[in-house]
Amino acid sequence: MTDRFPGFSTLAVHAGAQPDPTTGARVTPIYQTTSFVFNDADHAASLFGLQTFGHIYSRIGNPTNAVLEERVAALEGGTAALATASGHAAQVVVFQMLLQPGDEFIAARKLYGGSINQFNHAFKSFGWNVVWADPDDIGSFERAVTPHTKAIFIESIANPGGSITDIEAIAAIARKAGVPLIVDNTLATPYLIRPIDHGADIVVHSLTKFLGGHGNSLGGVIVDAGTFEWSKDNKYPMLSEPRPEYHGIRIQETFGNFAFAIACRMLGLRDLGPALSPFNAFMILTGIETLPLRMQKHCENAKAIAEWLLAHPAVASVNYAGLPGDKYNNLARKYAPRGAGAVFTFSLKGGYEAGVNLVSNLKLFSHLANVGDTRSLVIHPASTTHSQLDDAAKIKSGAAPDVVRLSIGIEDKEDLIADLEQALSA
Amino acid sequence: MNHDTYPDNYIREILSGVKSIAMVGASPVNVRPSYFAFKYLAQRGYDMIPVNPGHVGKSLLGKPFVASLLDIGRPIDMVDIFRNSSHIMPVVDEALKLAPPPKVIWMQLGARDDLAAERAEAAGLKVVMNRCPKIEYGRLSSEISWMGVNSRTLSSKRAPMPTHGMRLSLNRTSLSGGETHAADSAAKNKNGLT
Repeated sequence: MTDRFPGFSTLAVHAGAQPDPTTGARVTPIYQTTSFVFNDADHAASLFGLQTFGHIYSRIGNPTNAVLEERVAALEGGTAALATASGHAAQVVVFQMLLQPGDEFIAARKLYGGSINQFNHAFKSFGWNVVWADPDDIGSFERAVTPHTKAIFIESIANPGGSITDIEAIAAIARKAGVPLIVDNTLATPYLIRPIDHGADIVVHSLTKFLGGHGNSLGGVIVDAGTFEWSKDNKYPMLSEPRPEYHGIRIQETFGNFAFAIACRMLGLRDLGPALSPFNAFMILTGIETLPLRMQKHCENAKAIAEWLLAHPAVASVNYAGLPGDKYNNLARKYAPRGAGAVFTFSLKGGYEAGVNLVSNLKLFSHLANVGDTRSLVIHPASTTHSQLDDAAKIKSGAAPDVVRLSIGIEDKEDLIADLEQALSA
Repeated sequence: MNHDTYPDNYIREILSGVKSIAMVGASPVNVRPSYFAFKYLAQRGYDMIPVNPGHVGKSLLGKPFVASLLDIGRPIDMVDIFRNSSHIMPVVDEALKLAPPPKVIWMQLGARDDLAAERAEAAGLKVVMNRCPKIEYGRLSSEISWMGVNSRTLSSKRAPMPTHGMRLSLNRTSLSGGETHAADSAAKNKNGLT
């Protein structure tokens, strides 16, 4: 038997899945059950003590979810993954494993508005203190490191402006500081960027976006790169110290290079509770099978529309890293040679009012607060996703009042351009 | 032999080939990793022998402890060493005194002694360091996949439901060039960065 190197598209269809052992069903079944029977008392005790492989209760793990987890881990090149109810839930679980009250983490200022909000408000109430840094000024990350820093958090392709982050430069700072680098890879997907190849220790996703891809199911995931040494000091007691809830097991000692994913499951998901529905896992798995095909079309359409907008007399500027001459084009060519994604912003010469008019005149683009759908989407971030930020923070995060965000779908690009044309001239 | 990464086939041949495993440093304390691994390997049909001088007179899951490899009194296929790296060499020396010697020396997750490995390899033994046989068996059979671990194997065949004492097929297609630790290569890439 020869070991082969399956390609990305093969993994997108097969990784983690195999015919159902009891029925032979080829598609991964939806195991819509809360709980799983034990063979006997010893089996139950072994499962609860983490001594054997198997399922107990769907808040901790579920066979449909496990296929999704292994598939995303394979696509990202990680050692293991954990699915959660949403991308936000994934972030809560990750930081719960890393931070104690009073600790700090550094986050890129250019993030999804929901993450900015979660870090500024919900996390502060847990005593987890965010320190903002500017991804356009790599030195600002280094300057933000203190003895209380426990992690660095960035987006590979940043929402809403579609800017590309220099992952390797920030990974070097994280390594020097002795803290893990967490990368939200939602807008890129592993088809465009694999952050672990560039030094990320943990990857998170909102599966709701391009991975699921059809705008029908919420989900999140945490991928463990297996690269971080959690026990070299006592900075990460959840992983390095004996866990009283498991009779004194040390998670890293026991689980080696997938210890972080296990900690997220056995300490995070179990106690915090944001489990993914197996039905959503099934929908997302089905979506992932066509991820490579969809991302090619998303990127091809996005580039064509960005070019068309750039040439339009009503358009003041277009921020799309896939355009030659864009500020992030060099980073896009390095990190995302297959395409710069399908979410980007542009601003209109007519300012705020022209943006609002455009959104209301569009007939094919849907006005809603999501990205990464087969359908093309439009939103005005300043009045919606980023509305909780003050004006200065809006501008810093790429959501100035005159900015319109597009998430380009997989329709025929000629129809999308025609819709933009009629809306701009209406 | 390069001991940073192992081809899946190397691990697969070892775990498919050996039948008896002496576990040096096996613990009767049921939260210790050695206990987990001992119990799992016994459930998967391996003939397990616990070796620990501190527990002679007691049994581990029905198997009596012996004080040293020399006390086993019958040929064994593999020695699985659950000791810190600094305690590996004496165990390997003892294993090499056995007649016939074991076919495989396996050092647990976190344990590595390159000199001891060289000595064992010079005597014709296969060596695995810094790995867990439970994790590798679970990975190659994909039994470990239940908890979202990347088995880095693929199969389009229907697998039987595992039962107690059942040996599982390890002959799935391997990914990532068939090396055991994706993380090792990822770590190497990281270290190569400036």
